[in-house]
Amino acid sequence: MFMEERQVNVSDTDNKTYQPKIAAFLCNWCSYAGADLAGVSRFQYPATIRTIRVPCSGRINPLYLLKAMANGADGVLVSGCHPGDCHYISGNYVARRKFALIKSLLKHVGLEEDRVSFSWVSAAEGVRFSEVVKGVTERVAALGPNNGVFKVKDGGGTDE
Amino acid sequence: MSQNKVGAVMIVGAGIAGIQSALDLAESGYLVHLVEESSAIGGTMPMLDKTFPTNDCSMCILSPKLVECGRHLNIRIYTNSQVIKTEGEAGNFKVTIKQQPRFVDIDKCTGCGSCAEVCPVKVDDEFNQGIGKRKAIYKQYSQAFPNAYAIDPQKCLYQTMGKAKGKDICKKCLKACQAGAINHDMEVKEIEIEVGSMILNPGFKVFDAASLEYYGYGKIKSVLTSLEFERLLSASGPFDGHLVRPFDQKEPQKIAWIQCVGSRNAKINKNYCSGVCCMYAIKEAVIAKEHSHIPVDTTIFFMDMRTPGKDFEKYYNNAKNNQGVRFIRSRIYEVTEAEDGSGDSVIRYSNEDGQISTEQFDLVVLSVGLEPGESSKALAETLDLKVNKFGFAELEPLTGVNTSREGIFAAGAFSGPRDIPETVMQASAAAGAASALLSQERGTLVSEKEYPAEKEVAGDVIRTGVFICHCGVNIGSVVNVPEVVEYAKTLPTVVMATEKIYACSQDAQASMKELIEEYKLNRIVVSSCSPRTHEPLFQETLKEAGLNAHLFDMANIRDQCSWVHMNEPEKATEKAKDLTRLAIVRASMQQPVQPVFMEMNHDALVVGGGVAGMTSALSLADQGFVVHLVEKAPELGGIAKRFSTGFRGEDIKAFLAELVGRVSSHPKITLHVGKEIKDVGGFLGNFTTTLNDGEQLRHGVAVIAIGGQEYQPKEYLYGQDSRVMTQIQMDEALVRHDDLVAKAQNFVFIQCVGSRCEENPYCSRTCCTKSVKLALKVKAKNPSANVFVLYRDMRTYSYFEEDYELARRSGILFVRYSENDKPVVSKEGETLVVTVKDHVLDRPIEIEADVICLAAAIKAPEDGKKLSKWFKVPLNNEGFFLEAHMKLRPVDFSTDGVFMAGIAHSPKNMEEVISQAKAAAGRAGVALSKEQVESAGLTAYVNKRKCTACGTCEAVCSAKAVSVDLENRVAVVNDALCKGCGACASSCRCGAINLRGCTNEQIVEMLNFF
Repeated sequence: MFMEERQVNVSDTDNKTYQPKIAAFLCNWCSYAGADLAGVSRFQYPATIRTIRVPCSGRINPLYLLKAMANGADGVLVSGCHPGDCHYISGNYVARRKFALIKSLLKHVGLEEDRVSFSWVSAAEGVRFSEVVKGVTERVAALGPNNGVFKVKDGGGTDE
Repeated sequence: MSQNKVGAVMIVGAGIAGIQSALDLAESGYLVHLVEESSAIGGTMPMLDKTFPTNDCSMCILSPKLVECGRHLNIRIYTNSQVIKTEGEAGNFKVTIKQQPRFVDIDKCTGCGSCAEVCPVKVDDEFNQGIGKRKAIYKQYSQAFPNAYAIDPQKCLYQTMGKAKGKDICKKCLKACQAGAINHDMEVKEIEIEVGSMILNPGFKVFDAASLEYYGYGKIKSVLTSLEFERLLSASGPFDGHLVRPFDQKEPQKIAWIQCVGSRNAKINKNYCSGVCCMYAIKEAVIAKEHSHIPVDTTIFFMDMRTPGKDFEKYYNNAKNNQGVRFIRSRIYEVTEAEDGSGDSVIRYSNEDGQISTEQFDLVVLSVGLEPGESSKALAETLDLKVNKFGFAELEPLTGVNTSREGIFAAGAFSGPRDIPETVMQASAAAGAASALLSQERGTLVSEKEYPAEKEVAGDVIRTGVFICHCGVNIGSVVNVPEVVEYAKTLPTVVMATEKIYACSQDAQASMKELIEEYKLNRIVVSSCSPRTHEPLFQETLKEAGLNAHLFDMANIRDQCSWVHMNEPEKATEKAKDLTRLAIVRASMQQPVQPVFMEMNHDALVVGGGVAGMTSALSLADQGFVVHLVEKAPELGGIAKRFSTGFRGEDIKAFLAELVGRVSSHPKITLHVGKEIKDVGGFLGNFTTTLNDGEQLRHGVAVIAIGGQEYQPKEYLYGQDSRVMTQIQMDEALVRHDDLVAKAQNFVFIQCVGSRCEENPYCSRTCCTKSVKLALKVKAKNPSANVFVLYRDMRTYSYFEEDYELARRSGILFVRYSENDKPVVSKEGETLVVTVKDHVLDRPIEIEADVICLAAAIKAPEDGKKLSKWFKVPLNNEGFFLEAHMKLRPVDFSTDGVFMAGIAHSPKNMEEVISQAKAAAGRAGVALSKEQVESAGLTAYVNKRKCTACGTCEAVCSAKAVSVDLENRVAVVNDALCKGCGACASSCRCGAINLRGCTNEQIVEMLNFF
C-alpha cells in the first residue's frame, strides 16, 4: 500500500481567483499549537492550507512532499519547533537535513523551489504562524497552479 | 488535629474552582464529595461567552472538565444541596448536608426535554439573567451535568397548589415523561458525610446595579449588566448569539460600558476593586465587534484601566490600537433615557479635565462588581469562619488557601474577587493542601474505573461515524456544518454522519456511545476544535463504548478553520470538508494501540529556592513525596530576602526565616543549595537532572520556580544619583533608617518604569500597590513629608484599593502622566527636579525631590532560556514561562510532568506566589500519585523482513530507544524509551520502521485523498 499509486487530477487552472492548495505538515508540540493560538487570537490568514498533524517535523519523509505535489497540492509547508526547542530533542534537525535534500532534488527535477517551505513556529507564535501561511500562500500563488511533479518541459526529471 | 483521618474531601460549590479541586483530588487518590447548591455543576463560567485574554469560548474549555468531573468514579456529586452542620476537626469532619428534592430521578432522566415542552409555567430564566424564559421544569443549560431536568417547587403548579390540597393539578410533565423519571413526592434529605478536609468555593454574586439609581438599571431598558450582555453574546443565550437589544431586537450600533459599578465605591462600603471588570469589558467590546453583522462603535468609560494580569496589557493595547475600542477616562454622573423615543440611553459624564459631556448610546452595559453571595455568607457562618468587612472569607496571611479553621481551605471568589486563572490556581492549591493534610489516607476510599472489554475490530469492515460540531456559533457561523455532514456521508467507510451543537457536551458523549452501538461503528471522526485540548475527552468516550481509544481522529475545523477564515465562509467550508476527509482517511487506517506502562519515580525536583520554590517543596514533601530543591544562590530565600513587610503588613523576615527552617529540617526534602543545573534529560516519571558538581538526581516531576529579576532602570538618572532608587532599594533604606530617606522631605514615586512600554509591554502588577505601601510608610514616619505618586493607571486591584484610598486621604498626591509625555528628572545644581505634565491643570509642574523611587519592572528570569531548552517547555515573548492553557491550566506545561510557579510565570505579589506554588505542588502531586506512567503506546515498530540493520534509525534516535541487534541483524525498539517522534520511520531507507498511530501508509493515503 505504501507505494501504491493512483490516478490524480492535476489542479484545474480555469479558476479565475486562483487560490493554491497547500499541504501543511505541522509538528504537534510547536507549530500545531502555534496554529491553534492563531485561531484563539483570531489572526486571519488565507484558507489555503490543509493541515496534517505529525508528532514531530522529523517524522516527515521526503516522499510525502512529492506525494502531496503528485496529488494536486500546489505547495507544501513543513513547520516544526525552533532549533533547540524540539520536544524530541533533535527531530527538527533531522527534518532540516531532509528538507535541504528535498530542495535540491526538486530543483533537479525542475520544480520550482518556492513550492516547498520550511519554517519554525513555536507554540507562542500565533502571529508568526498566520504570517508564515500568508507568505507561503503568496509565494505559491505567484508560481500558479502546480502542473505536476513529473511533467516539466526542459527535461532533467524522470518518468514515474 | 484528628488521629483518625478520612481519605475523603468535601468540596462545597461546583463552579470551575470546585471542579478543578475535585478532579485534582480524585485523580490523586481521594474520594470527593462535591456539594452544589443549584441543580447543575458549572457555576458562573458556563454563562460567559468568551474568556479573556485568549478569547476562548468559555463553554468549549469548560465542557471537557464538566464531563470529566461528571463521569469520574471517585467524585460524588450532590446537587440542590447545602452544608448545614459540621462537627469534628481537621482530618475528621462529620458534615451534614441538606438536599432539596429535585422531583426528577437523575438516573432515569434522559434530558430529552419533553417535560419542559408541556410545562405550562413560564418563569424568568436565571441562567440567562432574566432575559428570556424557562419553564418550571428546567435544565440550567444544555450542556449541564447532571444531564437531567429539575422542578422548581416555587413555580410548579402542582407543587404550589395541588400537593398540599391533595389535588391532581397539572402534572403534565408526569404524562410527558417516557422514562418515568418524574416523582413529585421526593422529599428533603439530610445526608451525613465523613471527610478529612473541606474546600469551599461557593463563588460570588454580581452587584445589584438597581441599588444605584443614577445608572438607570431596571428603569431604562437599554441599560444592561455585563453578565446579561454575556448572555446576549452567547450562542446558547436567549438570542442564539445574535447581538440585539432584548426589548426591541434592534442591532445596537453604539455600545458603552461603564466601569466600577459596585466596585471602588466607599459610599456603599464597596471600596475594593473587583479586579476582573476592566478585562471583561474590553473583551465584551472586542467580541461585540466580532459578533455583529454591522460595524459597532464601542466605548468604555473608566477611572483607571486595570489590566495587570498575564498578557492582559497586550489585550488592552490591541483593543485600543487595533480593534478601535474607545476608552474615556471619566466620572459618570448619570444615565438617563433618551427623549427621542428610541429607547437609547444618554450618559452624562465628566472628562478628566472636568468638562461635562453627554453622549447617546443604543446600549449601556454596566460592569458590575463581584460580591459574596448569600450562600457564601451562610456557609461562612455555618462553619464559623472569619470574614472581612465586605463579607468575603478572610484567609490566613501568606497561606494562599487556609481559612481561619484548620483543615478547611478556600478557593475562588469566596475570599475575594478574582479571575478564572487565579481561581483555578487556588483550587489546585487547595487540593494540594488537602492532599498534604490527608497524605497517609491516600487511596483508602477510592475505586478504580473499569471499562468494558475492548471490541475486536481486526478484519472487520470499517464503519466510520462522523460527528461535526457547530461549537455554538464558533464553527457554525462560518462553516456550513450541514453541508460538511452531507459531504462526509459520501466518503468511503462512512456509515453515518451527524452534527452536534457542542460535540464535547455530556449529552453528545452519551449519544455518541449510543450511535457506536446502533451503527456498529468501529472508527470515529470528530470535526470540531483542537485535538490538543479535546482528544482525551473523545477517546474516553470510545473506551467507555468498548472501542480502542486510537480508532479515532479529529479534524480541527475551529481553531484552524472557522476562527481564522471568519470572512470567507465558502472557503472555510471547503477547507472543513477537506480536513474532515483527511481525518476520515487517517481514522479508517488506524489500528488499535495498547498503552505502555512505565515505572514512575515518585520523587520531585523543585528548581529555585525562593518563596515559590520552598512553598512547592514543602507542600510536595507534606504530600509524602521526596523532594530535591535546587538553588543556585549560596542560600535559600530568593528576592524575598530583600523585603520587609508584605502587602497585608506581614513580617516577611520572620515568615521567610520560618519557611527556610521548615524546608531545611523536613526529612523528605534534600537541599542542593549553591548548585546549578548542568543538564536535564527524560520525561514524566523518569527525569535525570545533572548538577554542576556531577551529582545526578532522578525524579518523576519538576517544578520550575526560578523567580524573576528587578529591571535596572536606564531612565530618570538611576545609577547616576543615589537619591534615585528602586522600590526594593527604598524599602531597604526605610528599614535601615538610612539618612537619605529619614531626612528627606519631598518624595516622588514614578510608576511604570520599564513596564507598559515598548521594551516590556506587560504590566508588572505589584508596583502600584508597592508604591502606595511605601508612600504610606513614609507618611506614617513623617506626616509632614510631601509625597507624590506619578502614575499612568493606579492598579491597586482587589483590597489594595483601600490602601490607595487611605493614601489619598493621608494627603499623598497622585499625578497622572501619559505614556507619550513621561516625567523628566533633571538636576539643577544638587537639586533633583521632576517635571511632569498634570492632566487636570493641563500644564507642567515641577517638583523638587529629595528621594525618587522608581517602580522598576519585574523582568523574566535570566535562566529561563536554559530551563526552557532542558525541559522542552516554551517561553512567551517576554521570557516568562508559557503555561499549557492561560485560563484552565495556569501551572501546567503542555509537556507532562513539568510545572511552574511564581514570578517565572508572570509578575505577582507574594500571596499570589504562594498560592501558585501550592497549586504547582498540587498538580505535581496528582502526577506523582500514579503508580505507573501510562503512555499512549504510539511507538515505532520494525518490520524485520525489510530491515537491513543499517543503523540509520539508531543514529537519528535522540531518545536512544532504537538499537541494532547485531546478532540477528535487525533494529529493535525499546517501547519504554520510544517517545514516538517518528524520525527513525522517516529516515529508514527500506521502509522497515514505522510509527503506530501515524504510519507511512496513513500519511500517504491521506495525501492520495488530498
